[in-house]
Amino acid sequence: CSRLTSVKIPEARSEIRISFDNGQQHHYQQLNIMVKLSLAVSAILVGSSAAWTSPMTMKTDSPASSRRNILSKGAALATVIAAPIAAGAYALPDLPYGFDALEPFIDTPTMKIHHDKHHATYVANINKATEGKPEVPILDLMADALEAGPAYRNSGGGHYNHAFFWEEMTSPDAAAKTAPSAQLTELINKSFGSMDEMKAKFEAQAAPGAVFGSGWVWVSVNQKGDELKIVGTPNQDNPLMKGVCDEVMFPILGLDVWEHAYYLKYQNRRPEYVSNWWNVVNWDKVNSNCEYVVKNHAGVSV
Amino acid sequence: MRTFAGWGVAVIVCILTKDTCVVGAASTIELPALPYSYNALEPVIGRKTLHVHHDKHHAKYVATANSMIEGTALEGKSVEQILLESYRAKNQGLFNNVAQSWNHAFYWKCMKPKGGGTPNKGQLLTLIESSFGSFENFQKEFAQAGNTAFGSGWAWLVYNSKKKKLEVTKTIGADNPMTAAHVTPILTMDVWEHAYYLDYQNMRVTYVESFLDKLVNWDFVADNLKRAMGGSKEEL
Repeated sequence: CSRLTSVKIPEARSEIRISFDNGQQHHYQQLNIMVKLSLAVSAILVGSSAAWTSPMTMKTDSPASSRRNILSKGAALATVIAAPIAAGAYALPDLPYGFDALEPFIDTPTMKIHHDKHHATYVANINKATEGKPEVPILDLMADALEAGPAYRNSGGGHYNHAFFWEEMTSPDAAAKTAPSAQLTELINKSFGSMDEMKAKFEAQAAPGAVFGSGWVWVSVNQKGDELKIVGTPNQDNPLMKGVCDEVMFPILGLDVWEHAYYLKYQNRRPEYVSNWWNVVNWDKVNSNCEYVVKNHAGVSV
Repeated sequence: MRTFAGWGVAVIVCILTKDTCVVGAASTIELPALPYSYNALEPVIGRKTLHVHHDKHHAKYVATANSMIEGTALEGKSVEQILLESYRAKNQGLFNNVAQSWNHAFYWKCMKPKGGGTPNKGQLLTLIESSFGSFENFQKEFAQAGNTAFGSGWAWLVYNSKKKKLEVTKTIGADNPMTAAHVTPILTMDVWEHAYYLDYQNMRVTYVESFLDKLVNWDFVADNLKRAMGGSKEEL
């Protein structure tokens, strides 16, 4: 064992980062807040080799056997409760809402599997691919993703796209209270004529014949920053990647049309999934995406 | 299917097999019935999957392809001819639907209840062993192809008539290896998510493993090889 140097529990995320003096890091993602503290305790006990003088749960046993007990219990607790992520630059972000929040338009099992399995796998794989390299935000990997190779394109793209996707959705009740801003409305009208026309164009681009197989549909701000474009991209490509679209563009809204995004509830009925999806779009987030990309001529951070 | 007799036979076949059968008047491409009942591949592939996969996905490819072919010079040609011509003409929309029609018709026949395992001793097994070193190596390569086809695609075992050996390959979307010279598909596995999502969700590896272990119709594969080596291709 090496010595524990720090335990960080970032406030915004239910995650613990534990660092050791040999450079080793462990990330634990908690399933709920209640577990957080007990996990922190057990993780410290598991990792630390330092003799502790004021043990938290010491009974009357001899120090060696008690520590062994607590270590093994802690390890068991950590294994059972935590979903440890391989040490790396990228972490699976929590959903900003519960798995059932987007019902009935996107079902709970889909949200759970989509986030906990599909997105988690992209995170694990981009971590593997970037191991030992200087840490950069995932957004920064997008521009040169094609040149960097399949792991960056597929898994880096997969991580960015899904992190972006979760943030732009919210419960139907909350979504209903949001609406496009004046800036966004002006851009929509200029680019498509009206919101209805934009939705129609988006749905046409999302049809199985248009994005054939796996991919995404995006509303993006163009290079010049004065118009919105709707594009479909294959697999985990996105408009931020050089070489994917006619020019690099900055997404403000995106929809996953991989079958895993809708198959459990909709099966082959992708058009129904797409038309239902508008009910969970968080226009507040889309508005702030729009404001950001127009002002900064850069993609949204996730 | 353009003669009255053809119609009559098709209707009788539909009634006898009690399977969904689409008989189109001027349909160049047919939707074949499944070679088994919808629950026949359980528990490896569920009946709901086969219903949606065959009656919705495959049926839609066939209907769309036919509507694109109707009234054109392609009408009445074989599926394979149209597949190759649309590929050469870079007519992506037509190619996608025609190729997917062919791919799925082939896929159903590549499976059977209580299939999988090892082929019987014979030409196929001998060629697999000489092409891959061992049957286990072939299984590993084929599974690898299926598991690493990113997004929507297919894994294939093909006969290469120039090299006179078998090869494993993977394709994306609707792509079919017969578009390459000297290549004849003899086995395929659909790894579009719709092929396994209801039964396996994200666990494609388990579907792939089960396909090899329990579903492959090696008799069909052996026939395909015989025909490929004999120089003619199967009309589907």
